Amino acid sequence: MITETFVFIILAAIVAIFSILSVTTKRIIRAATYLLFVLFGTAGLYFLLGYTFLGAVQIMVYAGGIVVLYIFAIMLTGKTASAGQKSLGMAKRAAALVASLIGAGLLMFAFISHKFVSLSLNAETTNESAAPIKEIGSKLLSSGEGGYLLPFEAVSVLLLACIIGGLIIARKR
Amino acid sequence: MNITIEHFLLLSALMLGAGMYGFFTRRNTLAILISIELILNAADLNFAAFNRLCDTAGLEGYLFTLFSIAISAAETAIAIAVMINIYRMLKSNLVDELDNLKW
Repeated sequence: MITETFVFIILAAIVAIFSILSVTTKRIIRAATYLLFVLFGTAGLYFLLGYTFLGAVQIMVYAGGIVVLYIFAIMLTGKTASAGQKSLGMAKRAAALVASLIGAGLLMFAFISHKFVSLSLNAETTNESAAPIKEIGSKLLSSGEGGYLLPFEAVSVLLLACIIGGLIIARKR
Repeated sequence: MNITIEHFLLLSALMLGAGMYGFFTRRNTLAILISIELILNAADLNFAAFNRLCDTAGLEGYLFTLFSIAISAAETAIAIAVMINIYRMLKSNLVDELDNLKW
């Protein structure tokens, strides 16, 4: 149990620090890099929960796909390379800070005051037998009760539409 | 110290707060998109943690996270295509200058 606590604290510190750095840094390429670290930390949390396939998908899709896409887009739109924080007035930034602090604070208060019936992280809840890959595969492709065939097909149509839409929007005219 | 669902929820609330702050203060469209990624990631973490620690019988949160990752990948690809197109037309990526549709 002490190992899981230790690993969780390290991963949570990584995620918390880099998510705050990612929205406060001036340079946008650094923001993308810090986002990459946040996504790695989240993948580590999935691994810690025993969801190894989910963690692998997170690393492949987010870190391998989306962040690379961001970096390419940042380099293609080179001239305005700063994140553009300079133009915002101090009062507006303070208002944004207060708004997000109040929002997150209210959420945290609700989470703490609500008594969740929850297991804790230990050797049993962190082993990877909870979500066997066989069950995930058969659930994704089953049309019976508790099956996810329809959303699976909807996502595949969405990805096709996304490919075509991306090509049409980004092509040179 | 036992790590329970509350710790995961507090962590994702912090991520959500950081994403909200970035969404309010950033002026570059790509930086706004990075903040949206943070918010989506916080929601995904909540789904997985609830599935693992509160409702262990099914795999609903797990599969929802899987679909959410796929959809956010599609969303990011389209949004970046739009932003590259905007940059090509206006030579700028700052939201202050995107006012052609304002009136």
